[in-house]
Amino acid sequence: MPPLLALEDVQARYGQVRALHGVTLEVGEGEIVALLGANGAGKTTTLRAVSGTVKRDGRIAFAGTSLGRRGPEDVARLGIAHVPEGRGTFSELTVWENLRLGAITRRGSLDADVAHVFAVFPWLESRRAQQAGTLSGGEQQMLALARALMQRPRLLMVDEPSLGLAPLVVAEIFRILKELNAEEGTTILLVEQNARNSLDAANRAYVLEVGRVALGGTSDELSRHDAIRRSYLGY
Amino acid sequence: MVAVRPIHRPASVTGWIVPALLAACVIFLVVGSLESSLFAQQTVSGLANGGIYASLGVALVLIYRATQVINFSQGALATFSTYIAWQLISWGLGYWPAFLLTLVIAFVGGILVELVAIRPVERRGNVLSVVIASIGVLILVEGAVGWIWGNEVKFMPSAFPAREYHVGGVAFSMQDLGTIGVSIAAVVVLWAFFRFTKLGLAMRAAALRPEAARLAGIRVSWLLSLGWGLAAALGAVSGMLAAASPSVLLQPSMMDGILIYAFAAAVLGGLESPAGAVVGGLAIGALLNLMGSYVSWVTPQLLLPAAFVLMLIVLLVKPSGLFGRTRVRRV
Repeated sequence: MPPLLALEDVQARYGQVRALHGVTLEVGEGEIVALLGANGAGKTTTLRAVSGTVKRDGRIAFAGTSLGRRGPEDVARLGIAHVPEGRGTFSELTVWENLRLGAITRRGSLDADVAHVFAVFPWLESRRAQQAGTLSGGEQQMLALARALMQRPRLLMVDEPSLGLAPLVVAEIFRILKELNAEEGTTILLVEQNARNSLDAANRAYVLEVGRVALGGTSDELSRHDAIRRSYLGY
Repeated sequence: MVAVRPIHRPASVTGWIVPALLAACVIFLVVGSLESSLFAQQTVSGLANGGIYASLGVALVLIYRATQVINFSQGALATFSTYIAWQLISWGLGYWPAFLLTLVIAFVGGILVELVAIRPVERRGNVLSVVIASIGVLILVEGAVGWIWGNEVKFMPSAFPAREYHVGGVAFSMQDLGTIGVSIAAVVVLWAFFRFTKLGLAMRAAALRPEAARLAGIRVSWLLSLGWGLAAALGAVSGMLAAASPSVLLQPSMMDGILIYAFAAAVLGGLESPAGAVVGGLAIGALLNLMGSYVSWVTPQLLLPAAFVLMLIVLLVKPSGLFGRTRVRRV
């Protein structure tokens, strides 16, 4: 079976600056795949190349469809939800409006989706009318995830969900990601600074170095890899 | 590490000033109107002017919120639409059918202007080039109006009977009351659209955070065009009401002065707040009209400069206006 998402020799640039120099990787249906690497290695840019929020070349295929030159709105409509770094919440809108926006391109009843999201994030229900900007940082990150779930994504891409959050909140977010994957088979592509958390959650991981994939393997293999342990796990 | 700073509610220190100012303004107008029937009449006809400023001001706010650009062509587009209404009526269409048809034509026209004149410039350029493009549209449209319909003054009929409505010895003209009613109704309809419909929510999201909106599958560029269409339709309401008012005549430069008052209304309201533009427009309309009739040395020629001075004061003292949000975000 072909992978759900396949990148082959993907390059991307911001203006004149090349950020990706040929990234090749795969994400299979039902997997959690983590991208590791130092700052500036191209982890965020890889996600942006998939969602079409950066100019890219090379081949990107999702569920057999080429993403080619599709813009972010078309990529989203194909079933890829991208939760960008720094939380994709609309802070001026209410919690409910944020959720509504997740399913804005779909017709018909949202009851099932809303029930699902409230089951995953029970605290959201009582905060429906609250302005999203007044939520705590962790709550905003969870709202961003909830909004992504409203998109009913086949692939969920999450960028630095732990950014600036307290360890307990981070643990909660990772627990939810693992639960979504285990119970509903949501495929997840995860970018995360904290390699220990990523490898703990992911089935497989890729290590990016200066815009290329330097290393790839299962989480167990990578956890035992000497260079990874020294560089990213710190023991 | 990223520090998470608590959100400061914008209105914490000066929070009471805005409600107090508004309350003082309302009390002044109500008490004055109860004291003197002339005052009441002048207030109502000032509010009618204010409704015209408010609807054009809200049109400016709509586009400013979405693109951070002041659309200098908003008045000229409104004039063009008003001429279309005049043309339809002179071809024999009734006032209200012509009114509604004009809204549709203005809506489509606004979308076309965005597609043809604004988008190509915006794609490559900065805010300044879009401003210049909008000034280009202003000149072009005003020229086109003169070329098609000539520069002589036309007579635009009013939707409202030339009657007066008497309350306790005060005569209010139906024209003034109707103008207030229609302009407020137009703004309320638009507000309800943004507040309660799926498309309205998508448009707000597209204006607030275009990239995040695109990631949710929203076709942002199409919604921007739609926003221009809505703004043009609202401007058309303003233009049709203005052309029928006794102090304005239907001519190519009809909306030039009104655009300044609408700017002042939008700036007073904080540029990002439709409600602010409405309150600002009504306040400016009423207060300037009262100044014109009660302060002996204020001649009509001084009213436009007065609006300018007001705008300058707001920009210097409280650039976020009465209703503006100080932008707050977590860092």
